[in-house]
Amino acid sequence: MQVSMKLEIRDTPGQLVAALMPISDAGGNIKTVIHEHDFSSDKGSLGVEVVIEIPQERLDALLKLFQERGITVIRFGEERMHYQQSVILIGHLIHTNLGDTVDRIDSTGFAEVTRMSLAMPAIHERSSAKCTIKALSREHMDQAIEILRDVSKQKDILMIEPLEF
Amino acid sequence: MAIRIALIGTGAVGRGILEAMTRKDLGIVLTGVADSRSGMIHPDGISSSDLLTRKRETGLCGDVSITADDVVRTAPYDVLVEVSPTDAATGEPATSYIRTALSRGCHVVTSNKGPVALHYHELKQEADKAGVSFRFEATVAGAIPILHTLLESLGGNEVQALYGVLNGTCNYILTRMAEEGLSYKQALDEARALGYAEADPTYDVKGIDAAIKLVIFANTVLNQRITLEDIDITGIDLLTEEAIRLAEEQDATIRLIGEIIPGKNLYRLSPRIIPRHHPLVVHGSLNAIILRTDLAGDLVFSGKGAGSLETASAVLGDILSIRDRYAGGN
Repeated sequence: MQVSMKLEIRDTPGQLVAALMPISDAGGNIKTVIHEHDFSSDKGSLGVEVVIEIPQERLDALLKLFQERGITVIRFGEERMHYQQSVILIGHLIHTNLGDTVDRIDSTGFAEVTRMSLAMPAIHERSSAKCTIKALSREHMDQAIEILRDVSKQKDILMIEPLEF
Repeated sequence: MAIRIALIGTGAVGRGILEAMTRKDLGIVLTGVADSRSGMIHPDGISSSDLLTRKRETGLCGDVSITADDVVRTAPYDVLVEVSPTDAATGEPATSYIRTALSRGCHVVTSNKGPVALHYHELKQEADKAGVSFRFEATVAGAIPILHTLLESLGGNEVQALYGVLNGTCNYILTRMAEEGLSYKQALDEARALGYAEADPTYDVKGIDAAIKLVIFANTVLNQRITLEDIDITGIDLLTEEAIRLAEEQDATIRLIGEIIPGKNLYRLSPRIIPRHHPLVVHGSLNAIILRTDLAGDLVFSGKGAGSLETASAVLGDILSIRDRYAGGN
């Protein structure tokens, strides 16, 4: 299962690594780490957002490890994708493996396709799809769009991006 | 004091200039004129209304033994007004005419995108050396005085971003697809029937025309040195009506938008999803531009991007501001 959590660590050298160690110790796989430099706390601590892949049965062990090593879990498994954008794809979407196109975003761990509307006017004609993407941050959204741009180029798909202004 | 001009090109823009000169006294004297097949030189002035009649009746503006080159080299003028059709690949013969006029110490005003997109920096340098003006307001966004605004009125600003709807043909097609539910092909056929699109619409619908305007913006007012190859261009010819319906589901539509972000070295022309009530969503063949600047903040411009009198308006503005600046002429 994929889980996101926000950890609070002390703002001293080596603390980030110390906080991430329990994850691999518990058999989890770290997909992404976002260091929040603007996390404000008078206790001299930092916020770190992590997304991990971990078998469900090992989750309790991980939380216990965090507790033992003095790492506070501030938030756990909440809605974490705050940034949303929609793009429209035009082309032979099904025949160029739409599943793979979506996977390229979903496999990043920092962005996912959460909704898709597809219009297929006729066999052999190009179809059009609106994909709604959610991402952890503005930068991650830019990266996700960049990935989709490359995929579109490879698959001869016309991608229409939103104008952000 | 009157200013003397020689007019090269009597197509839509040239006719618009002559019509405006016929309608009212602008203090402009026409001493030379040429189209692709004939020319005329008259130091005392040529009647613009007689010229329009002659062109309409005979298809010629003057004598077939006089060429445009003759007019550019020998007519007595203060400003060469070069409004012949654009050759985006070579910029000729317009570039040669402009060079000749500058070397004679004459000002140049043009609506021709070729020379400005391809050779702006050299031509500007030649004009500076000769102590004359080289102006080209009509090359982008027709009647909208955007270059003058950027160069003069916003002189102290840094342009952080420029977004524009810069091709009326594409905007007309997209408007009709959105408002009437037409297919791309139906909307294009309609645009052709109404004269908004050329018989060969490639130059417009593939985005070349709008991209050339981005090159002009970048090189002239943003002081860059780019070419058409530096612009990431996607046209509208592969858009589907379904894509527009999908955009409408979120109260948006699709428009062909030119984008320049100098700080990121970003030059892009592509169809974009844009909220239906966004200021860049103008209708029919209108153009629109948004600027983000450090001092003046955001500014929006819209107006007619093409048309005979509308483009002539931009050319005349250039001519008259040269007259005012160099009172007395050459």
